[in-house]
Amino acid sequence: MLAYALRRLLQFIPTIFVITLIMFLLLNVLPGDATLMAGGLRKEVDAKVMETMRRQFGLDKPLYQRYLLYVKDLVTGDLGVSFLRREKVNRLVGQRVWPTLKLAIMAMAIAVGVGIPLGFFSALRQGSLLDTASMVGAVSGVSIPQFWLGLLLMYFFSVVLRILPTTGYGGGDLKHLLLPAVTLGVGYMALLARTTRAAVVEVLTADYIRTAHAKGLSELRINRKHVLRNTMVLVLTTAGLQFGALMGQTVIVEKLFSWPGIGSLLVDSIFQRDIPVTQGCILVIIVVFLVVNLAVDLLYAAIDPRIEYK
Amino acid sequence: MSDFFKKLRRRPSLVIGGLLTSLVIGMAVFAPWLAPYDPVDFADLMVSEEPPSAQFWFGTDNYGRDIFSRVIYGSRISLAVGLLSQVINTFIGVILGLTAGYFGKWWDDLVMGVTNIMLTIPALIFALAIMALLGPGLLNVFIALGLTNWSYTCRITRSQVLSSRSLDYVTAARALGYGRARIMLTQILPNITGPILVIATLGVAYAILLEASLSFLGLGAQPPTPSWGAMLATAREQLFTAPWISIFPGLAIFITVMGLNLFGDGLRDILDPHLTRQGK
Repeated sequence: MLAYALRRLLQFIPTIFVITLIMFLLLNVLPGDATLMAGGLRKEVDAKVMETMRRQFGLDKPLYQRYLLYVKDLVTGDLGVSFLRREKVNRLVGQRVWPTLKLAIMAMAIAVGVGIPLGFFSALRQGSLLDTASMVGAVSGVSIPQFWLGLLLMYFFSVVLRILPTTGYGGGDLKHLLLPAVTLGVGYMALLARTTRAAVVEVLTADYIRTAHAKGLSELRINRKHVLRNTMVLVLTTAGLQFGALMGQTVIVEKLFSWPGIGSLLVDSIFQRDIPVTQGCILVIIVVFLVVNLAVDLLYAAIDPRIEYK
Repeated sequence: MSDFFKKLRRRPSLVIGGLLTSLVIGMAVFAPWLAPYDPVDFADLMVSEEPPSAQFWFGTDNYGRDIFSRVIYGSRISLAVGLLSQVINTFIGVILGLTAGYFGKWWDDLVMGVTNIMLTIPALIFALAIMALLGPGLLNVFIALGLTNWSYTCRITRSQVLSSRSLDYVTAARALGYGRARIMLTQILPNITGPILVIATLGVAYAILLEASLSFLGLGAQPPTPSWGAMLATAREQLFTAPWISIFPGLAIFITVMGLNLFGDGLRDILDPHLTRQGK
C-alpha cells in the first residue's frame, strides 16, 4: 500500500512536467514586451527601463531557455516573481490556498452529506415521491449556473432576510462561508445523488444481494453491510474525478462572493496578464486535484478488500 | 403512429428535454419577431432599472435596455457557442479516437497520454488558460471551448473502435479490400454514432454553461453584446436596487442547459441498450 502510494506520487512528476510544458507554451508564446506592457507598464516608459525590466524577468532569453529556467525554479519549489506586484508568487498563492481549500472542503462536506443519502434512499424506494423529487432536484442541480444560484441565494438570504452577509471573507467564519459553500456544493451534490442512485440500483440486482435475502438477513443489515459498501466504490470514483470540476468552479464562486482564494487570484492575474501568477494558480489547482484523486484511490482499498495494491 | 406516441410517453426526459430545447431554438430563430425592442440600440436612460411591467416584461437594466429582448437575443449567442464549439470538439475527439483505436501503437499511446492529461485539467481552468493567451472576446470563447472538451468523445470513440475492430463486419470489409480510411469512416463510424451523439448533446449543454461562466467573469462576450452570462456580470451590484436583472438571464441559461441535459439523458436511454435494461 505504501509502495503503491509512493509509486503514484512518482507518477505525478511526468504528469506535472507535461502540464507545465503545455501551460508554459500557451501562456508565453506572446512576446515578453507585450506581457510587461499589459502587466502595468505604460507605453511611454522609455526603452532603457523596458530593457532593464526584460532582463530582470529573464524575458530577453529565448522561449526554451525561459522554460528551462522556470522548471529549474519549480523543482526547488519556486513559482517565480509576479510581473505586477514584484512579489514572490509563492507568497501570493500561499495566502490564497487556505481560503480556497476551506471553501472546497465545506462544499464537498455539504455535497457528500446530503447527496449520497438522498441517492441511496431514492434507489431503495424507486418511484416514490422522494425518488422523483430528488431526481428532479438532481437534474436541476447539474444544470443550474452557479453564479445564478449564488445570486439568488445572496438575494434571498442577504437582501430579503438580511441574515447572512452578501460577500467577503470576514475572517473565514461560518456566516461568510455558508452561501459560497452551498453555491459551490449544489452541482456536486446533484451529481453524487444521481451516481449513488444509479450505483445502488445496479447493486440491488446483484446475486449476492439475493443470497443475502435468501439467508434471511434483515433489510437493515443488507442495506448497510452489502449495498452501501459495494456502492461506495462506484460513488467514490465519480466523487474523485469531479473534484477537479469543483476546483475549477471555485473560480466563479470566489469571484461572485469576493472570496480571497486562488480562483479569484487566477482571474485577476489573467486580466492583468501577470503570467507567473496565472501559471502558479493553475499549477496549484491541478496539484490539489491530483492529490485528491490519489487519496480517493487509496480509500478504495479501505472500503473494498477485493482491491489490492501492489 | 400511436405506437410512437406511446413510446414517447414512457420517456418523459426525452419529451420535456426536447420541448425545452425546441423552445430555445425557436427563440433564437424568431428573435427579431419575438423581441419587442432592439437588444442593444434601445437604451433609454429615462426608464433605467424599471421593474417588470406590461411595457417591459422582464424589466430594464441600468442602461434602460429591455431585458426581455436581450434574453431572447441571448439565445442566439448561447446556442451558437454551444453548437459550434461542440462541433469542433466532436471533430477533434472522433478523429483522434478513431485513429488511436485503429492504428494503435505509439500513436495510441500519445493520443491517450494527452487525453488523460486533458482529463486532469478542469475544463474551466483550461479554458481560462486559453483565454489568458487570446484575451477576452466572444470569438476567443469559441476557440477556447472548442479545444477543451474533446477528451470524453476521444475516449469513447477509441474504446468503441477497439471493441468493433475484431467484429465480423470489419473483418469482412478488410477481406473485401477496403482501405483503412474507408473502413474507419464508412464501417466503424456509422456504428458508433449513438454514443457520440449523446456525448455531443450533453457537451453542448456544458459548453453553454462554460460560455456563460466566462462571460460572467468578463472574459467572454463584451458589453453591450446580449450574452446571458455577461448580463449577469454586473447583476450583483444591482441586487439591492434591481434584483430582476439577476433573475431572467440566469433562468434562461438554466432552462436551456436543463433541456439539453434531459434530452441527452433521454437519448442515452434509447441508444444505450445496456442502460435501458437496468432502468425500470
